[in-house]
Amino acid sequence: MPDQAMPAGEKVALEVRNLDFFYGDFKGLSNVNLDIAHKKVTAFIGPSGCGKSTLLRTFNRMYDLYPGQRAEGQILFHGKNLLDRSQDVNLVRARIGMVFQKPTPFPMTIYENIAFGVRLYERMSKSAMDDRVEWALNKAALWSEVKDKLDQSGLSLSGGQQQRLCIARAVAVKPEIVLLDEPTSALDPISTAKIEELINELKSDYTIAIVTHNMQQAARISDYTAFMYLGELIEFNETGTIFMRPGKKQTEDYITGRFG
Amino acid sequence: MMSLYTRRIWLNRIGITLSMLAMSLGLIALLWILWTLFSRGFAVLSWDLFTQDTPAPSSEGGGLRNAIVGSGLILLFSMLISTPIGILAGIYLAEFGRVSKFASFTRFMTDIMLSAPSIVIGLFVYALFVTTTGGFSGWAGSLALALIAIPVVVRTTENMLKLVPTSLREAAFAVGAPRWKVSLKVTLRAVKSGVVTGVLLAMARITGETAPLLFTALNNQFFSANMAKPMANLPVVIFQFALSPYDNWVNLAWSGALLIALLVLAVNIGVRVVFRNKDKH
Repeated sequence: MPDQAMPAGEKVALEVRNLDFFYGDFKGLSNVNLDIAHKKVTAFIGPSGCGKSTLLRTFNRMYDLYPGQRAEGQILFHGKNLLDRSQDVNLVRARIGMVFQKPTPFPMTIYENIAFGVRLYERMSKSAMDDRVEWALNKAALWSEVKDKLDQSGLSLSGGQQQRLCIARAVAVKPEIVLLDEPTSALDPISTAKIEELINELKSDYTIAIVTHNMQQAARISDYTAFMYLGELIEFNETGTIFMRPGKKQTEDYITGRFG
Repeated sequence: MMSLYTRRIWLNRIGITLSMLAMSLGLIALLWILWTLFSRGFAVLSWDLFTQDTPAPSSEGGGLRNAIVGSGLILLFSMLISTPIGILAGIYLAEFGRVSKFASFTRFMTDIMLSAPSIVIGLFVYALFVTTTGGFSGWAGSLALALIAIPVVVRTTENMLKLVPTSLREAAFAVGAPRWKVSLKVTLRAVKSGVVTGVLLAMARITGETAPLLFTALNNQFFSANMAKPMANLPVVIFQFALSPYDNWVNLAWSGALLIALLVLAVNIGVRVVFRNKDKH
């Protein structure tokens, strides 16, 4: 689909080419082509089961955990295909972080939740780690709320705080891309607003790809929007264009609420 | 309409009565055992129990010091053997080999081991270990008990790890952690109290095992802390003394049985109290 290319001059972080995805015999994605823009927010919208989460989970090879799931095609990251067998998946995941639908703090202290991922790839002194933890919690707009209880369990936080902890955890590893899989669908409106604000700030440093059920959210926070339906990428463009002048009938029907 | 409703009320009453009856039958048996044990055991309980060794036939007094220490040592080493093996095997089954042939074979063997009669395990260790190492020893006893405890620990560890939500496991992988780190640092930690409970219950399970010790640790009339020699232990002493014609031996058997029952009770109740509020996610 050549009409779905980036505007000229936009730097590209991920290039998805002819991507097919299979759950056993079932084809979950067919022939997806799109570019994820560098340090921009790209939103994926579409009805349940359309493959948007599946697509996101190919970016960090999450599907690799499950035998029977496989992807074919190319996802180019710094010129190399992420789907190659020779890629070190753990390194890929350290450079492309992910935050999930439900908050998933690790069963350890708030401090350790952040330090766990950092320690995997960097050796540093205690004071450097303290700085990194503070930096990451600041990035996630959580520092002021937890700075006096870093040694408490991550599970003791509220749902919205837990989700920001997960964002801090992803950011602490200093990835290039952060994948967000419906990060606010389990949260109340106030926590949701905080996370959206956060995404807006994070995009100055990170490339962000977000899956969301909420079209208003996509319209509010993203620069580019991809509309998916039944495992295919129907339309991909700048968010303004998708919502104001969609090029395809299906897109228009979905965003005006006629189906979905 | 009304008659249907009345019928249901009566069926309900009958159902509840029957299940209460069944419950009290079970409870009466348990309380009866405990009552006999406590009354007979406490009647002969004294400090001599902990300070004197098992007496010679037809001599006065005596205690169970050698058997208590022996049981303690045998239990300690059997748990030192079975805990790491059991937990690591459980991690393998739950995290690494969910679908592999080798894992289902291991799972199958674990199930067989779980239901193997303990006397068979005792004979197995006798044939393979006792006869080749030159005689009965505390080590052989520990080994036999460890073989009984391992499948219990494997099973509880695997079942606990399977309760860990997929989202937590994926989140740990998502920061780039290798599988072994995800297992040890995140998922195992999430179910730590469940696994500890499993280990303690496995210990409670082997505390009273007699048959596997008969052919392995045997018994020792004297105090010995040498694991390479035959070793006195509570279950075998109870077995031997309870069948004897001497009054003081029979009394010591009762106190020994009481000690074991108290230990098992303490472990079970302790586990419940300590971990009651720990596993909330």
